[in-house]
Amino acid sequence: MSDLAIAPAPRGIPARMLVRGTIIGAIGLLSLLPILNQLPEGNVLRISDFTIAVTGKWICYAVLALAIDLAWGYAGILSLGHGAFFALGGYAMGMHLMRLIGPRGVYGHPVLPDFMVFLGYRELPWYWLGFDHFSYAVLMAMLVPGALAFLVGWLSFRSRITGVYFSIITQAMTYALMLAFFRNDMGFGGNNGFTDFKELLGLPLNTQGARAGLFYAALALLAGSLLLCRHIVGTKLGRVLVAVRDAESRVRFLGYSVTAFKLFVFTLSAVLAGLAGALYVPLVGIINPGEFAPGNSIEAVIWVAVGGRGTLVGAIIGAFSVNAVKTWLTSFAPDLWLFVLGGLFVAVTLFLPRGLVGLFQGRTK
Amino acid sequence: MGQPAAHHIMARLILLLMLLLAFLAPASAQDAYLEALPGLAGGFGTQAEAVERLGASGDARALPVLRALSEGQLRKRDVTIILPGGADAATGQPADATGAETVRINNRVRAALRGALGRLQLVSANPDERLAAADSVFRSRSAENIAPLEAAIARETIARVRERQELALAASRLVAPDAQAKHQGIATLGSASSDEARALLLEARAANPELAPEIDGAVSAIDARLTFKRAGETLFQGLSLGSVLLLAALGLAITFGVMGVINMAHGEFVMLGAYTTFVVQEACRGIPWLLPWSLPLSVPAAFLVAGLAGALLERGLIRHLYGRPLETLLMTFGVGMILQQAVRLAFGAQNREVLSPAWMQGTLALPGGINITQNRLWVVVFSLLVLALTFAAIRLTRFGLEMRAVVQNRRTAATMGIRTGRVDALTFAFGSGLAGMAGVALSQIDNVSPNLGTGYIIDSFMVVVFGGVGSLIGTLVGAMGLGVLNKVIEPWAGAVLAKVAVLVLIMLFIQRRPRGLFALKGRAAEA
Repeated sequence: MSDLAIAPAPRGIPARMLVRGTIIGAIGLLSLLPILNQLPEGNVLRISDFTIAVTGKWICYAVLALAIDLAWGYAGILSLGHGAFFALGGYAMGMHLMRLIGPRGVYGHPVLPDFMVFLGYRELPWYWLGFDHFSYAVLMAMLVPGALAFLVGWLSFRSRITGVYFSIITQAMTYALMLAFFRNDMGFGGNNGFTDFKELLGLPLNTQGARAGLFYAALALLAGSLLLCRHIVGTKLGRVLVAVRDAESRVRFLGYSVTAFKLFVFTLSAVLAGLAGALYVPLVGIINPGEFAPGNSIEAVIWVAVGGRGTLVGAIIGAFSVNAVKTWLTSFAPDLWLFVLGGLFVAVTLFLPRGLVGLFQGRTK
Repeated sequence: MGQPAAHHIMARLILLLMLLLAFLAPASAQDAYLEALPGLAGGFGTQAEAVERLGASGDARALPVLRALSEGQLRKRDVTIILPGGADAATGQPADATGAETVRINNRVRAALRGALGRLQLVSANPDERLAAADSVFRSRSAENIAPLEAAIARETIARVRERQELALAASRLVAPDAQAKHQGIATLGSASSDEARALLLEARAANPELAPEIDGAVSAIDARLTFKRAGETLFQGLSLGSVLLLAALGLAITFGVMGVINMAHGEFVMLGAYTTFVVQEACRGIPWLLPWSLPLSVPAAFLVAGLAGALLERGLIRHLYGRPLETLLMTFGVGMILQQAVRLAFGAQNREVLSPAWMQGTLALPGGINITQNRLWVVVFSLLVLALTFAAIRLTRFGLEMRAVVQNRRTAATMGIRTGRVDALTFAFGSGLAGMAGVALSQIDNVSPNLGTGYIIDSFMVVVFGGVGSLIGTLVGAMGLGVLNKVIEPWAGAVLAKVAVLVLIMLFIQRRPRGLFALKGRAAEA
């Protein structure tokens, strides 16, 4: 692990300006997409609804990748269960969206979602209370993943479970959650999950306006998360995290509470993942227990590895590029996609340990 | 004159005796059949009466007649009853069927038929039919069944069927009017060990409050046996699941526990082993005498296939990532993905069927009513054998010695002339081969599909972590402990929540023993 650079060591100001400029430029370009979506049908510059939806999805993935990079790239905590935090955030928002369907469901029940009527519920379970408020749902989308991460992290870090052991435990965690959410009697819709959402904040979801709104919200979340993460890694806190990554015992012996630092960054990372999930669900219009599949979490890790870990920007680049290839390949040669993804795991770890960003850094050096 | 008179009297006496004998001997039962038979050709009332009599006759010949009647296949010509095959039901000889008409029945006759058929099947020539009849009589609970059941039990030769008949008899006696029969019934049911017997007794308790103390005694005797039986079966199911985990985890105990290489493709090696079993079976189809032995043949084949794959993976890829466990994890996960997709493309995504040889099928009844499926028992035996072999390979062979030397001190081992690279490759191949053998066992109790391994990989890692990294005994105890724990929690939490609960318990357990049950001590512990 120690063979990786702490951060893109900038050679003078231009490199730093370059990174900043690229980020601002990219975000500016992305923010143009919904405007181009407004253009009339047939215009060369028009962006299709599909592109908006897909790009919005990728932006949420990028936030998830950013969260993973903060924990893995800087503090050396490789979580194979971040998909669980993402899905929990998604479920929190999904519950809100289900409550907003109101009497418009198939069974027309004034309060209960369709699946509860179907399963013979008489009233809302207690843990569904409050989800009719948007702000409560957003709070839960942060609080639930955060609390879970805190609990798992606290149990693990205090007994010095590190490295692959921690990875396996987080993988087991998301696996267990997947099994649990597949159950009908959990009150989360079983294997169908939630879908058929109607509106959010008073806007019908199937309109261009709502899509644009969600897109900008996701973009704002990405920009905000990136600023926050860049700020954190730039402070002394960030330096300690890197030190923990490279020589945990030494940092401990120097008198730092390694557990507290790791716990902080892991919990924060889970909260970011939860928020990403909360925006993802209204964008794609469905959430089901498949999101908890261990494969999803590990796929998100590979986005970070492909982009270049410990760079933040790399995580975003990785999320976009891998998903672009995935979207393209799954429609054009679906059998090939898993070979490519598997190959990416092998190639990146063996030949490109610093990811795509590493390629450019190598050139500037 | 006296002489002829005496002779005459003797002749009359003999005639009388013969007549008496004709009345008493079994021949009288045959007469009952023949006597009742023509009644089937009469009106509905006569028919119902004839059916009752045929049912009571206990005559095996009546069964096909009544069955044909209930299926609307019986024909009549005047008073001759003709079976579907064209034979006269009375003589068994081919009958003249010209102008024969189908025998019609109404609901009253149908009701009589049901009871009569149930009783007659008790004497059917087919043991399975007799068993089913005993069970249906058991459920019908009528005192009228007592006599036919007693007759059937006297004639029964197969112990398994007789057992069920005796239970049915006890159940019928329970509703009999006389107290003596009731006491007998309670005593017999009390010695059974089934939920049904228990329910029957409780029913009888409500109907006969005066028998409550006796019945309570019988019920608690059943409960004690049922508890024992359930405990035994839960234990076996736990050991069976544990042995599956043991097989899957043994390879990991070598590659992860001993070498410290985290191989996420381990589950896919298990899957490769299962598919090797399938391929060997298909190859054996051409040679009929070999087919029953395709499973034993698969064991070395799967070991070689998975072992070779493991050696290739270690030499080709993993070797370059030693000392970087997180990267190894990601890389091997990718390899697993590729293997899965390759198998999916080669064999299709649907499940492949691997047959169990005849000597592995069926259930084994242990004393106390504990039933054990044979193929699961074989998996337990096989897993213990593999464990013993692994232990022997590590402790008793030259290769094992070199392997331990390299693990303990790579540089010293190298200076002593051990080719550490070769040992690494062999060790990894050995661990992967063990995974392949696990695949052979899993093909017997799980679906052979491309994602077979994914279901076991997390549990296997849990076993290794729980038992203690690098300890074979720990792996054994961890696997069996987790298996039994899973099955003990399952009845009151459900299979899924049991799994969740076990994962949570392991996490809490690691709090107290971060290095597992059987932690290595000394230098190796810090590695």
